Amino acid sequence: MWDYSDKVKDHFFNPKNAGAVADANAIGEVGSISCGDALRLTLKVNDDTEVIEDAGFQTFGCGSAIASSSVLTEIIKGLTLDEALKVTNQEIAAELDGLPPEKMHCSVMGREALQAAIANYRGEEWKDDHEEGALVCKCFAIDAVMIEEMVWANKLRTVEDVTNYTKAGGGCAACHEDIEAILEKVLKERGEAFDPNAKPVAKPEPVAAKGPMTNLQRIKKIEEVIMSFRPQLMADGGDVELVEVVDKTAYVNMTGACNGCQMSAMTIAGIQQRLMEVMGEFIKVVPASQMPKLVTIEEASHA
Amino acid sequence: MPDIYLDNNATTKVDSAVVDVMIPYFTEQFGNPSSIHRFADGVAKAIKKARSQVQELIGAEHDSEIIFTSCGTESDSTAILSAIKAQPNRKEIITTSVEHPAVLALCENLEKEGYTIHRMPVDKCGRLNLEAYKNLLSDEVAIVSVMWANNETGTIFPVVEMAEMANAAGVMFHTDAVQAVGKIPMMLQDTKIDMLSISGHKLHAPKGIGVLYLKRGTRFRPLLRGGHQERGRRAGTENTASIVGLGKACELAAEHMEYENVQVKAMRDRLEQGIIATVPHCFITGDLNNRLPNTTDIAFEYIEGEAILMLLNKAGIAASSGSACTSGSLEPSHVMRAMDIPYTAAHGTIRFSFSRYNDMSEVDEVLKVMPSIVATLRKLSPYWDSVNNCPVADPEQAFQPTYA
Repeated sequence: MWDYSDKVKDHFFNPKNAGAVADANAIGEVGSISCGDALRLTLKVNDDTEVIEDAGFQTFGCGSAIASSSVLTEIIKGLTLDEALKVTNQEIAAELDGLPPEKMHCSVMGREALQAAIANYRGEEWKDDHEEGALVCKCFAIDAVMIEEMVWANKLRTVEDVTNYTKAGGGCAACHEDIEAILEKVLKERGEAFDPNAKPVAKPEPVAAKGPMTNLQRIKKIEEVIMSFRPQLMADGGDVELVEVVDKTAYVNMTGACNGCQMSAMTIAGIQQRLMEVMGEFIKVVPASQMPKLVTIEEASHA
Repeated sequence: MPDIYLDNNATTKVDSAVVDVMIPYFTEQFGNPSSIHRFADGVAKAIKKARSQVQELIGAEHDSEIIFTSCGTESDSTAILSAIKAQPNRKEIITTSVEHPAVLALCENLEKEGYTIHRMPVDKCGRLNLEAYKNLLSDEVAIVSVMWANNETGTIFPVVEMAEMANAAGVMFHTDAVQAVGKIPMMLQDTKIDMLSISGHKLHAPKGIGVLYLKRGTRFRPLLRGGHQERGRRAGTENTASIVGLGKACELAAEHMEYENVQVKAMRDRLEQGIIATVPHCFITGDLNNRLPNTTDIAFEYIEGEAILMLLNKAGIAASSGSACTSGSLEPSHVMRAMDIPYTAAHGTIRFSFSRYNDMSEVDEVLKVMPSIVATLRKLSPYWDSVNNCPVADPEQAFQPTYA
């Protein structure tokens, strides 16, 4: 059985806003019955203020699909449509204290139903822009479609390439056989043969800075590198921010799903590696929780 | 809260009599059966006894036809890989579309290596077409691997007849019988079955022990080579305690065969009839006239299986489901798809599987909660009309979400 948080269980056993809103003026329907998940979101939107006054859901799906739908209706009630559009699937998952990687798509479905409902209210047509494939990398929740697209788009040749571009395979490594199978398939379509010992294609990384930098430039550069990790982390429901740079140590805050995640140490090591490559100097990345207490100027002058 | 275990096709509780006979082989007779000293002198004898207990249950002609393995999957792999290794010129394998992944995933892998895999389809009741099967048999086929009974629906395949047909065509026949052994009486010496897989934990022995039955004279290539254990056909130090436990479990299974087919079947029948009578829009899957006595697989339309399991679990009832979500895959069970069960029902299938440890009062408990569990989830379903308490008209048309 899945390791669901208490919040997921609570929203499943006691769903909020179940059923259709009677006088709804915005309806979003997403999902796929073949995959066993389908969601209809009904909203009552105030025509003058665009505030969502009521929200209801009907879901065909598993425990986490029902919980994601339930928590979504709670989040968006009282928001304006523009505010609601800013709700990400990570926020839905975070509100549930996280979801198993195989179940993150339930939160995605929630966000998409919301977008579809708002588009419906505004008389626009909503198009789903991503296709979901079978989950390959369970450590970082990367599916086959995503890997295949990246292999095509970037002419990737090895498992290492795939890990550099998508993170897939960067954890426990158990999915390397599946990644090789995808590489074999795409390379065959491209008329090449898969060679596990092929030279990796260039890593996607910022160009190393030239010449000495001012302190401000250096910190900005460090922040730039750390920011480049955010999309990957956010896709997993986490995030990272630079808090402080003291000499050769960069203090970062890991938030969301990263916070307390067993993979966070590995992620920090990855950030550190990239920083050192880009900056051309030794930099240690440390969680901000381990930062020495700061002293104010006033305190210092009294010392 | 009750504590009702109806997931015996997944695994079973180890019988306490089985545990009792195993203990000395951890603590006293822990010697290597190959050793010549007093810590080992009873072990070889105990293994021999276990071998004959297994032989007795399945009606093998010789006890040397019993090879102990680590699990049903190892037995399946050994059988199929042995057949293709021993007959390198035969490049085809016949199996079914509803086999256990232990066979299907291996065949899929062999397909990549150039083998042609014939996955026989089933009809809506899960039955095979024997005419089509006969036409597939040829001297290109290395082995036929067909399960004796299906783990999800309990549907029984006519393996004895199919083995005769394979034999007549000069083709080896293997059956994955992990769900059948102990529930269906068998006399393998009177059949043309060449190889058969058993899994200990499906019949109240521990996990981590299995058997490959290998009819004497069947050409064989071991999966594991090494020491002389199992007459060199499966190297590796024997799992002595579990072998002894499996022997005892087989003896107990033989004693309870009638109970399984009368009392256990009565519980299963009462449960499914009760559910069909009290829950609208549900149906039993598989071949109703030809099933294991302990298994029922019921499709609850317009709701999803994992959600049903979570509510059952909350009520103290353990079962399992063929929905996509319970397996983490994108598709519902391949068995349901093979039987052409519509998606709105396939995702809502629940398997209840009994054992001799269940009783009628447990059936009543399930019957008490099942209607309200289904009703609760249907209230949430976009395919259900809560006002009129029935499915929406033409459900697959009425709700056509954007693919996400």
